[in-house]
Amino acid sequence: MSLVISQLINGLQSGSIYALVALGYSMVYGIIMLLNFAHGDIIMVGAYVAWLAMVHLALSPILAIILAIIACTLLGVIIEKVAYTPLRSSPRLSLLITAIGISFLLENLAQLIFKADAKRVPPLITGPSINIAGQYVDFTAIITIVVSVISMILLTFLVRKTKMGKAMRAVSEDMVTAQLMGINLNSTISFTFAVGSALAGIGSILYCCTYPQASPTMGSMLGLKAFVAAVLGGIGSLPGAMIGGFCIGLAEAFVSAVGLSVWKDGVVFAILIIVLIFKPTGILGKVINEKV
Amino acid sequence: MKKFLSIALILVLIIGCFAACGDKNTTGDPDSEESKPPVDDTASDETIKVAIIGCHTGQNAQYGLGVLNGAQLYIDQINASGGINGKQIKVIAYDNKSDNQEAINAFNRAVDEGITALIGDVISANTIAVVGEAYPLNMPMITPSATAAAVTYDDETDTVYSNVFRTCFIDPFQGEKMANYANEKLGAKTAAIIYETGNDYAVGVKDAFIETCKKLGIEIVDEEGYATGDVDFMSQLTTINSKNPDVVFCPNYYQDNGLIITQARKAGIKATFIGSDGMNGVKGYASAADLEGTVYCSGYAPGVTEAVKAFDEAYAAKFKTEPNMFAATAYDAAMVLCNALQIAEEAGLKTGSDEYKQAVIDAIRDKSADLECITSSGYTFDERNNPVKNAFIMKLVGGDEVYVETY
Amino acid sequence: MKNNEKIIPMPLRYLINIVLFVVFLLVMNNLIVSGTIPKYYAGVISFIGVNIILAVSLNIATGYLGQLPLGHAGFMAIGAYTSALIMKAASGSATIFPFALIAGGLIAALFGLIIGIPALRLKGDYLAILTLGFGEIIRVILLNIDNVLGFTLTNGAAGLQKIPKTTNFLITFIMVGITCYVIHTMMKSRHGRAILSIRENEIASESCGINTTYYKTLGFVVSAFFAGIAGGLYAGNIGILSPSAFNFMKSIEILVMVVLGGMGSMFGSVLSATVLTALPEALRRFEDYRMVVYSLVLVIVMIFKPSGLMGTYDFSLNGLLDKLILKFRGNHTEKGAMPQEKKGEAAVRKKEGKLK
Repeated sequence: MSLVISQLINGLQSGSIYALVALGYSMVYGIIMLLNFAHGDIIMVGAYVAWLAMVHLALSPILAIILAIIACTLLGVIIEKVAYTPLRSSPRLSLLITAIGISFLLENLAQLIFKADAKRVPPLITGPSINIAGQYVDFTAIITIVVSVISMILLTFLVRKTKMGKAMRAVSEDMVTAQLMGINLNSTISFTFAVGSALAGIGSILYCCTYPQASPTMGSMLGLKAFVAAVLGGIGSLPGAMIGGFCIGLAEAFVSAVGLSVWKDGVVFAILIIVLIFKPTGILGKVINEKV
Repeated sequence: MKKFLSIALILVLIIGCFAACGDKNTTGDPDSEESKPPVDDTASDETIKVAIIGCHTGQNAQYGLGVLNGAQLYIDQINASGGINGKQIKVIAYDNKSDNQEAINAFNRAVDEGITALIGDVISANTIAVVGEAYPLNMPMITPSATAAAVTYDDETDTVYSNVFRTCFIDPFQGEKMANYANEKLGAKTAAIIYETGNDYAVGVKDAFIETCKKLGIEIVDEEGYATGDVDFMSQLTTINSKNPDVVFCPNYYQDNGLIITQARKAGIKATFIGSDGMNGVKGYASAADLEGTVYCSGYAPGVTEAVKAFDEAYAAKFKTEPNMFAATAYDAAMVLCNALQIAEEAGLKTGSDEYKQAVIDAIRDKSADLECITSSGYTFDERNNPVKNAFIMKLVGGDEVYVETY
Repeated sequence: MKNNEKIIPMPLRYLINIVLFVVFLLVMNNLIVSGTIPKYYAGVISFIGVNIILAVSLNIATGYLGQLPLGHAGFMAIGAYTSALIMKAASGSATIFPFALIAGGLIAALFGLIIGIPALRLKGDYLAILTLGFGEIIRVILLNIDNVLGFTLTNGAAGLQKIPKTTNFLITFIMVGITCYVIHTMMKSRHGRAILSIRENEIASESCGINTTYYKTLGFVVSAFFAGIAGGLYAGNIGILSPSAFNFMKSIEILVMVVLGGMGSMFGSVLSATVLTALPEALRRFEDYRMVVYSLVLVIVMIFKPSGLMGTYDFSLNGLLDKLILKFRGNHTEKGAMPQEKKGEAAVRKKEGKLK
């Protein structure tokens, strides 16, 4: 029994990181219909910033965390301004290829600057294990799950209750009409990227707490799986992204627990294929009719 | 602006095309005039050309650069002391980017330039690809790092590649060693394994470990795999923990092992971790407390003998970094090769001729036993051209990797 | 090229191309067999051929069909493993090789069909991610299938070794010629125009009565077939296959070739496949920067010229000859204009460039 609980917590822990990343994917996709391939790599940059701050600048963990989140936010906005804004009216294909290009650019730049071998990130958050119902649970696992749930709640509040959130929803509904209503398109989209990237920044911190390594390619698989989570939950839906993230995390933990861990990646992508074939809108997604 | 830019880019493309084509012709012509197999004539009498091919860029660059530097260090020392029979050794170094196709290209290019022998390749798969080209040419080659059994021996046709040697262990050897060590010195009765499935090295070591454990009566309570690039091992480790093994065998590279050991302690595993030479360098990737007591076998132990100390110092002075295991075995490979070249030269054979190459191969096989190498006292090779050498057992004590014994 | 007037009659046009191509093949083959072109360069040229087939085949799906499959390396892997296994079973007999190649292509096409039918119901990004997932699954299967089967088929991580090296320059470039010819004629046919119409506007073409699902699948399957052929050539060229060679990175590399050359331009694909294969060899010292430059180029090209450097332009030797003849004759010709597209025709001929 305790084994099942341990595995559940393992799944929830990795799932909550997927969920945080998936939230960013979902927001960006919801607003400009772009699969932001570079999202996973923003996490990688965040991890390197945290590493730089702690190892080379000898800053305290708190400062390193703040620095990493700020760096991710800025990077997200810069990418949007430099690469995606000029292409806003281009075909979707071009936008997607640009996103792939940016993703590869970040990965290869990191490899060029930091070399291919992983860097060890010193512990950012430490604390004692907590006893829950006779089961010792690692502190970082609790933190990870709690932080990601709080993030999702705040984000939902932001989108539902604030003026900026209203603007974001308007833009995602109809870009042209939103502009006519006096919404500043550029600042709204930039804000979306900033929030999404900040979430990626938080994700990178949580990632480094659990898996204390920064490597150039760490973001690509994480990003892809988070995208699968976003699709599973229903892309564009915030609670959906959360549910999708937890589902993927639990699915991975389950597959590993029954001794099929080598098929983990295969199972995740098989889930994607099945979802796309049978319910392309995901668990909580809405049907969007394409306009002619 | 757009038009201008695209025209400019097109021009670059076209120029690039012609440059590449032109390159072909200019370098192609001089060789072609008289030589049929280009190897024979292009090697001049003043220098002996030796290729060092490996991955100098990308994912595995640190291994490839270790090999390059280690071999270069010895060759520079030989050249400084007058070379071989008065001939200087010229190193032709090519990068293969860890890609099989590139490895073959690099080898063919080196052959076109008239090499007499090859130190390399680095990664097993690349080496196997190169062996496919080098065996028909009977080109002497010594790899300091390709550990797959298939590098020197084809089990389908039962052929030993007589021209291919290595100065590192083979994968099965390490698995056997560590199983024996776990049985004899750690008193292990049960063992669990966690290994990277996408890595032929890890799979090779693991298979031999399991086989030896069966013979020794060690029970394998769990065998968990993970995919290349995975960072989350909690689920596998939780399963392992529930089976409570005496030792956990991790035949993976050090970065993964660092993560595995850190997470394993979180999952509650108290067992001793044992590993293969891929564990080398793990100290930077997990905390000292988590690592304490971990043992692995290595092909190289820093500073064990005077010769090794001298090597360490010379290496650090020249390249401004600490040598790794690959640098050490590459240094040995260069030593074995240079000794063989010396013998072939002294026999008065024409550099690069077929007899010369055969003489080099014979000398590597038969005349390397008395060399003062740094990872082994001389080299003797078994019937499959694998070196007969001992392993150094290294242990993590207080966050440092220290030499325990030669086993 | 708006008022294409064809002065050289149709059979002659093909004849010129075929003759030039055959001359190119024979001359190059002679140079390689005689050793005038050293082995290293011969190897690189064969590799260029493989990459040309890959780029041209991906161009069907990306350039002509307007989709973005990211699992091209997966199809290549299927073709490579299939023909390698056949060749190993036949212990390298040269007569089996063409059949092994075709078998590799057919199996890859079969997978293209299996994955294409569900995938092509989806739009842009979903299709991209689905094919990406498919490519990854193929890789995972190749790695782990032996454990399930209980006997050695793909040999897992160590990879298939000792594959008979049956690929040579002649076979590679005959396949390049066939690939370009088939794709060219297909794109000039009714089917090709239907495929192009899907790229331009799927809804409009559907309302014109074009069975878009059928044509999308057709394009996808043909694309997979030739990727499989390229895989077979690759296997015979290199002698060892490991699953890690067919990762996402490989798919992207092929995509860069297509995008850079121009989506929808066969000439562009051939040119950029040639340059992007040859250039890194020439510039080995800058290897560290290669992928950085690739990705930068991808972004810059997308921002400034989203259709790729060549756009949909295709070089045509006969078109050039036509123009020259017209110039000499002045404007006296009064031939009945037969407006016809000339897409892709040039690819086969492009290689003469090297002879000059």
